[in-house]
Amino acid sequence: MNKKVATIDGNEAAAYVAHKTNDVIAIYPITPASPMGELADAWSANDQRNLWGEVPEVIEMQSEAGAAGAVHGSLQAGALTTTFTASQGLLLMIPNMFKIAGELLPAVIHISARTVATHALSIFGDHSDVMAARSTGFAMLASSSVQEAHDLALIAHAATLEARIPFMHFFDGFRTSHEVNKIELLSDETIRALIDDELVREFRSRRLSPDQPAIRGTAQNPDVFFQAREAANRYYDAVPDVVQASMDRFANLTGRTYRPFDYVGPSDAERVIVLMGSGVGAVEETVEELSRRGEKVGVVKVRLYRPFSPSAFIGVLPATTKSIAVLDRTKEPGAIGEPLYQDVVTAIAEEESAGRTAWEAPPRIVGGRYALSSKEFTPAMVAGIFAELETPEPKNHFTIGIVDDVTHTSLSYDEEFSTEAEGGTRAVFYGLGADGTVGANKNSVKIIGENTPLYAQGHFVYDSKKSGATTVSHLRFGKEPIRSTYEIQNANFVACHQFNFLEKMDVLAIAQPGATFLLNSHYGPDEVWDHLPAGIQKQIIDKGLGFYVVDGDKVAGEAGLAGRINTVLQTCFFALSGILPRDEAIAEIKEAIAKSYGKFGETVLQRNYAAVDGALAALHEVEVPSRVTAAADGRQLIPDHAPDFVQRVTALMMEGKGDLLPVSALPVDGTFPTGTTRWEKRSIADEIPIWDPEICIDCAKCAMVCPHAAIRMKVYDPQALETAPARFPSKDWRSRDLPGKKMTIQVAPEDCTGCGVCVDVCPAKSKEIVRHKSINMRPQLEHVDRERKNFEFFLEIPEMDRTEVKTDTVKGSQMLEPLFEFSGACAGCGETPYVKLMTQLFGDRTIIANATGCSSIYGGNLPTTPYTANDDGRGPAWANSLFEDNAEFGLGMRLAIDAENSQARSLVSALSAGIGESLAEDLLSADQTDEVGIAAQRDRVAQLKERLEQIETDDARNLLTVADALVKKSVWIVGGDGWAYDIGFGGLDHVLASGRNVNILVLDTEVYSNTGGQASKATPRAAVAKFAAGGKPTGKKDLGQIAMAYGNVYVAQVALAANNIQVVKAFSEAEAFDGPSLIIAYSQCIAHGIDMEKGMSHQKEAVDSGYWPLYRYDPSPEKHHPFHLDSKKPSIPFKQFAWQEARFAMLARSQPEEAERLFRLAQEDIDERWSLYEQLADIERNVPGDLEEVEA
Amino acid sequence: MSADLRTTYMGIELAHPVVPSASPLTGDLDTLRRLEEAGAPAVVLPSLFEEQIEHEEMEVARLLEFGAESFGEATFGYFPELDDYATGPGTYLDLVNRAKSTLSIPVIGSINGTSKGGWIKYGKLIEEAGADALELNIYFIPTDPKMSTAKVEQQYLDLVMSVKESISVPLAVKIGPFFSSIPYIAHRLVESGADALVIFNRFYQPDIDIDDLKVRPNLQLSSSTELRLPLRWTAILHGRIEASLGVTTGVHTSEDVIKLLLAGADATMMASALLHDGPDHLRRVVSGVEQWLTDNEYQSIEQLKGSLSQASSPDPGAFERANYMKTLVTYAGPFV
Repeated sequence: MNKKVATIDGNEAAAYVAHKTNDVIAIYPITPASPMGELADAWSANDQRNLWGEVPEVIEMQSEAGAAGAVHGSLQAGALTTTFTASQGLLLMIPNMFKIAGELLPAVIHISARTVATHALSIFGDHSDVMAARSTGFAMLASSSVQEAHDLALIAHAATLEARIPFMHFFDGFRTSHEVNKIELLSDETIRALIDDELVREFRSRRLSPDQPAIRGTAQNPDVFFQAREAANRYYDAVPDVVQASMDRFANLTGRTYRPFDYVGPSDAERVIVLMGSGVGAVEETVEELSRRGEKVGVVKVRLYRPFSPSAFIGVLPATTKSIAVLDRTKEPGAIGEPLYQDVVTAIAEEESAGRTAWEAPPRIVGGRYALSSKEFTPAMVAGIFAELETPEPKNHFTIGIVDDVTHTSLSYDEEFSTEAEGGTRAVFYGLGADGTVGANKNSVKIIGENTPLYAQGHFVYDSKKSGATTVSHLRFGKEPIRSTYEIQNANFVACHQFNFLEKMDVLAIAQPGATFLLNSHYGPDEVWDHLPAGIQKQIIDKGLGFYVVDGDKVAGEAGLAGRINTVLQTCFFALSGILPRDEAIAEIKEAIAKSYGKFGETVLQRNYAAVDGALAALHEVEVPSRVTAAADGRQLIPDHAPDFVQRVTALMMEGKGDLLPVSALPVDGTFPTGTTRWEKRSIADEIPIWDPEICIDCAKCAMVCPHAAIRMKVYDPQALETAPARFPSKDWRSRDLPGKKMTIQVAPEDCTGCGVCVDVCPAKSKEIVRHKSINMRPQLEHVDRERKNFEFFLEIPEMDRTEVKTDTVKGSQMLEPLFEFSGACAGCGETPYVKLMTQLFGDRTIIANATGCSSIYGGNLPTTPYTANDDGRGPAWANSLFEDNAEFGLGMRLAIDAENSQARSLVSALSAGIGESLAEDLLSADQTDEVGIAAQRDRVAQLKERLEQIETDDARNLLTVADALVKKSVWIVGGDGWAYDIGFGGLDHVLASGRNVNILVLDTEVYSNTGGQASKATPRAAVAKFAAGGKPTGKKDLGQIAMAYGNVYVAQVALAANNIQVVKAFSEAEAFDGPSLIIAYSQCIAHGIDMEKGMSHQKEAVDSGYWPLYRYDPSPEKHHPFHLDSKKPSIPFKQFAWQEARFAMLARSQPEEAERLFRLAQEDIDERWSLYEQLADIERNVPGDLEEVEA
Repeated sequence: MSADLRTTYMGIELAHPVVPSASPLTGDLDTLRRLEEAGAPAVVLPSLFEEQIEHEEMEVARLLEFGAESFGEATFGYFPELDDYATGPGTYLDLVNRAKSTLSIPVIGSINGTSKGGWIKYGKLIEEAGADALELNIYFIPTDPKMSTAKVEQQYLDLVMSVKESISVPLAVKIGPFFSSIPYIAHRLVESGADALVIFNRFYQPDIDIDDLKVRPNLQLSSSTELRLPLRWTAILHGRIEASLGVTTGVHTSEDVIKLLLAGADATMMASALLHDGPDHLRRVVSGVEQWLTDNEYQSIEQLKGSLSQASSPDPGAFERANYMKTLVTYAGPFV
């Protein structure tokens, strides 16, 4: 039989089988499992059918809890049903999983195993999620490679039907889920042969149906529950044999054999490692290498982890085993050991005590933790573990891969140990997210995997920034199947696709002697050497690297592909690596281009072909001089005046050396200092805005819309300029309120992302040259030195006294210091200006609960975080709990603050004699409705603290700890539409109903932005999104209306660019409103398919078309007409707005008639809603008593 | 007996010479049907633009791929992957195809661009989709002071040759009036393969918004007064080039049509008037032409065609510079 190969990633490998073997697929996006659902949806949308000729129904739910519920119901009603998830998603499924297992409903959940959030969230891989679900009664089958993710997916689906026990089929997030590898694709015949239709019929016949009525999900009492729980035992007992039988049938069909436990190594091994998941690859390689060296070592790969079969386990373990290390990719604090370790210990003990073992003496067993959150797990570490097992007293409960200098759990190991063979290609590419490096490398893996007998593997590493993100691609090609489940350590090909990386990272550290180094360089072969940093020059010479340059940007530019250097560099890789004959390689690249870009049209194809053709002519070898000519690298990453923690810890993470940090360097409870982005000077912009004070009209719009607080306005006394740098620009501040002041608009030149939004909104144009505005984009390199000095000086200028500023005006708000700066959000992000504004207005007394999503990633992803403090040390306090619970999380903060305030007030009353009646009275009756009142109260609290220091009572000491609660605090609950409209809606609703004083900011991008653009209930009609490939057929949920229905909730819908002042007013009113407030903020997003530089123009059109009406609903008792429509009657048709955005326009291309229908309905939505809102504006409403009750 | 209105335009026989030219009306199947009902002898479909094809393809690719393979949680980008984004000429070709199968009159496709490139292959695709002829609309605004007239003209000729080579149906070339010598370029274009010349391209001239200080596109419909420019050059070119003459810009009334026929047009192209007055206007114009022919005892269009061209005119100088002098000195308006 002809074997069909495919070069795909683990997610696709598993989803492929799931889509073939199910009727219903209920999903919810979560990293790193999202692609499985997206692929399944795309296949169904494309009419691909399952084994039974039907197109599986794919439905996106509001949460994983919802998906699990839908799976449960679908299984009950007799449809073969699956889902895909990870991490917190799996945790949300657990309640239903107990039910599904308890009811013996056969199903498979495919899991890209990912870290469960504890002290921090992590999107990366380990087994903490699946281990948390191990008591649900699901069987657990672990895949350790892309091929296995494919094969065991089928085995799981086959076995569950026979066993009636549901399965979790899991593989490691990112390492397997996102690794592209060449696999043998299962044929439909094989899949069909393994899925027994008789079992499918039996399953269907057990369905819940009124034609054969039965009842399930009864409530049972102490008399029978226990027995009933034991009634299914024999089904669990049968699972290992059922799985083995499925594996045997599979082996007969494919030649690939699996067992519940597989042993690799010599039959007389003395030291054995037991583990599951992708780490198996590294261990297996090491076992082979050490065996070659004569060491008696082996590995047991755990595939069927639950139900755990002690006999099967003992059956594969060599009788000669003397010591075992059981590796768990999870941590269970407080347990005697991690789960797999405990199971192995128990299994051996039970078998031993039952006399079913063959060894002379039972082996010594130790457990260890490895590779949490995708920490690298290398053969060197494995060798270190084997070495430890050889010692008389091997360390138990060890860790590997870190330095634990606190509780000394870690093993040391020889980092030089390597199993990387001489043969084959190991290529590492450093690129930017935006330059297409990863996409081209995926193509290269496919080209080689699918067109040559060679095996191919691609693993891709992304950083956590959404703008200017770097990517590192690790590609292996060789004659043998590639099991290396770790990043390349010795590359024989290194490509650096961005010249400026040479200054930022040591790209050649990974290059082995004699390797080839390809650099994308504007400098030609004769001049490039003098532009290289000394460290790079030295490594090129010392390692004898073959050094080549290509001006990828020039070639791409000439081909009409400015900025997309991927094709050029890919061609050069093939030319230099010699994996394929050059002509053949070129032909294959062009074919791959046709596959990838053909869908976009002939022009895109031709331009890419031109780039391929132009690449080879532009590729030049550099004659390497014999000595280093550059001066030693003297750059200092972090200035000396940075905080100690930043210098000790953050700096290493910034350099990409966080792996070197020992345990002692990290906080014990996840608490980190804020304000660290200012130390990470990323310089990612090609152009930055430069201010021309001559034309400026003091409007402050540029500062207001800047997503990164990288362009700022300060108004100050002229004396401040006395020490200004020579060319520091300033102008008179034109305002009656603050006469005699100066002002400056200043860019942070190394923090700006170059998005250009500030220039787009600047209304001040030169009289002589209209395109010259008051701020203009200019080349960063030409301006950075001067602007750096200017920015440093700008920061030294004293901030405006908040009590002098009219904070509820646009200009006033922008005079206030932003306490959210330089986040890693996308260039041109539509969300961050709102967050920044919030910190300007209230940041010095704000506590933020942030839902998981974009805002928690750019708000809290290490190494550096953007929330910062003012000169007084005050600034936003921020925390992220989960995705689904954010409203409740924020409400909890409010409750605590209120409790503290209440306690403080009681103590002030109780201690009034000691602290002074007058001060006590003032403290308790303070008016804190404006900045003046708040400043005065802060002064009083300072006085109070001084006086309390003199009082030696418990009450005084207690009051000292809660005294700050006497100053008004502002609770902000921040998140995206995925949270507010979908997964967190129940909680949001409850918090709105609570009447408590919280402010909820919904950054509405109308799509799940962070996980890659899946539709949410905020997605509008006619927009194309993942899970709405045919255009969302239904309208957007009107969250504002739902909140308004309570009558006592402040609600505002805002769009920054459409009406600046309305936004400022809404924020001010929401914060001032003594009850729940909801602000729904229009946030443009790269998921809209727009030119982000013009994002604010899109906002304006959204409002002008009536698509996004602006309003404020203020239920304060004095407002008899609470609803105020702030935008004007729609002046342009919806189509005019929509055509400018790819999310709408792509439907008009792909399905013009459906687009026409949905566009018409979308226009009707707008007209109907506008009519409703106009009527609402006339409505009188006062909700009786609610506000008073809350106050009481 | 009524006059014979038939005319031959680049080898295609038309029932009469009033042809709806490229406009939004010819981009929609319903209005195309109405035009045919109103008696249109052929239709010219709206242009498929070089920029439209190339720019849109690049933009769709850029916007839909933006952010992909950049961030670990959204590695596959932000949009569902479709097999075909319909960026190319698919919709246009579909229009040609459907127009051809719905209408019984000749359908003339149109492409608009300035340079040789991958896009010209769409001419062939339009032919394959069923078009009876192709109109190549060359819309080039030179801005480089160092680019010579000869180079500009060569670019036109190269483009015409490339397109002509790729198709087998007749090719009409639509140009603007801004040449040092219209007869020369007309001659060269015909040499390069044009089966008809269409004069003149009516450039949409941008306007300036004095409130916003922005340059804005501004579409204004033509009026009969704009007829004079093509009228003159029709009269001059008639009989001097071996190709049909299509005339557009300012054709609103039957009088306009008759003037152009007298000057030597083989076909007159109408857009603004139809946009303004609707497809039925065409019927009125044709009937006006017919009436005029009858009233003036012409037997056929062919008889009329070119009878007042420069070559046939009793006053050839009237189409030359002297006409300018005469107009000025004889002008009488409210201020003189």
